[in-house]
Amino acid sequence: MSAVVVQGVSKVFNQGRPNQVDALVDIDLTVEPAEFVSLIGPSGCGKSTLLRLIADLIAPTTGSVTVNGKDAHRARVDQEYGMAFQQAGLFDWRNVAKNIELPLELKGWDKQRRAERAREMLELVKLGEFADHRPWQLSGGMQQRVAIARALAAHPPLLLMDEPFGALDEMTREHMQAELLRICAETGTSVVFVTHSIPEAVYLSHRVVVMSPRPGRITDIVTVDLGEGRDDDTREDSEFFKKITEVREALRAHQPGRSDRIGQAVEDR
Amino acid sequence: MHRVVHAVWPPLVFGVGFLALWEAVVEVFDLKPYFLPPPSAIWDQFTSNFDLVWDATLVSGGNALVGLVAGTLFGVAMSFLLMRFNLLNELLTPLAVALNAVPIFVLVAVFNNMFSITSEVPRRLMVTVVVYFIVLVNVAKGLRQVSPTHLELLRSYAASPTEVLVKARVPNAVPYLFTALKIAAPAAVITAFVAEYFGGSQNGLGSRIVSNIASSRNAVAWAYVLGACLLGLVFYLVSICLESITTHNRGLDPGGATT
Repeated sequence: MSAVVVQGVSKVFNQGRPNQVDALVDIDLTVEPAEFVSLIGPSGCGKSTLLRLIADLIAPTTGSVTVNGKDAHRARVDQEYGMAFQQAGLFDWRNVAKNIELPLELKGWDKQRRAERAREMLELVKLGEFADHRPWQLSGGMQQRVAIARALAAHPPLLLMDEPFGALDEMTREHMQAELLRICAETGTSVVFVTHSIPEAVYLSHRVVVMSPRPGRITDIVTVDLGEGRDDDTREDSEFFKKITEVREALRAHQPGRSDRIGQAVEDR
Repeated sequence: MHRVVHAVWPPLVFGVGFLALWEAVVEVFDLKPYFLPPPSAIWDQFTSNFDLVWDATLVSGGNALVGLVAGTLFGVAMSFLLMRFNLLNELLTPLAVALNAVPIFVLVAVFNNMFSITSEVPRRLMVTVVVYFIVLVNVAKGLRQVSPTHLELLRSYAASPTEVLVKARVPNAVPYLFTALKIAAPAAVITAFVAEYFGGSQNGLGSRIVSNIASSRNAVAWAYVLGACLLGLVFYLVSICLESITTHNRGLDPGGATT
């Protein structure tokens, strides 16, 4: 069973009003179990909107979204996915462990079971000794790891991430990417990952979904095969650079006002 | 400890120096007691009349405290209603903000007409009204200004509105409440004093100051002023202690909310 099935989805904001926006048109996308898919594209291409449609935070205008075999609303109620944002969004008045327990509280788990799971998740993100710390005592990267632990606390089969490393410095960012791959490999979680960064998308993903704006649509899907054991050496691999170039050209080809370059880009290859 | 000493000695030295200068000026220029009594005379009156000052402090302080508690309770209750009903919020919030800029404590003259001349109710009612608006504006803001990421996150967990209230809005509003109390506590004391100037029983610090000045017992009036200052300080110190507990727990800088 696929982790995500998006079929014929479009999203129109302010329909019928002068400020009507066609955020997404004709979106079809399937994410397989344990697959890592990135959504990349310029601002306004609707990648965050697509993520929120999968999360059932907004409803599609047409088409259907299925998560883990359930319709998107049912999947949200059953916590079939975990979510992480650019801001870690930890609650200052809870310590680290209690932050991770939040989704479990809402599921009605008892105290002991919650505490056990929080400990397990903290080990997973290698923050075991920080359970009693307050979020503001942690660095940005550590806070984001707590946010990932919280998103995965209920062991959902799917993780939805909206530029989760966008606010981190380059070094921390690369470290977090490697950590995320390890965590996903250990837990078998599927990921839909929104990013602005081409190297980030290529390094992390099995498939990079390239989107373009006005109206937001999928223009290309680049399959990346860097193997499962990706590490820092992968970032210097020729295949890695080749895929970066491929994604960059796919992005350029559909940039508005640069249609004259399409021929050029194709010749470059 | 070293830091506390470091923070305390400059104002302490300044205060003692100021009192010494005051004493010296009265002595050197031979100022008459009805113009300005020296600190030593005020202190004499304060200690010899301590029981009277203490009684008056209890009356004014009691009025301020009753009003502070009542105003806080009403303010918190109303802020929950404002959050629940948006229309109410749009009607009342601008009004509440505007009223904070108006010296509404003069309303006590009207309240005095409604109750018997010996009643403390008008004064307490006045303090309640003043505190109410300060608490209302701040707590309503705390309940509403929840981080969008937190709201989206709770929505992704399919949290009910009640769960959002309990898990995010109420904890978010707690520091706003304590900031409101920091502003409201001194305002409560000031309002309790000023309310006494508009008539009623001659039992509080404010009335005692007025009556002693009227009978030219300047040093005694100053002794009551000293009592008033100490009462105001106590209210303020308690409120900042309460606030620092919550801000410390969250790694916040004190003071983020507004009047």
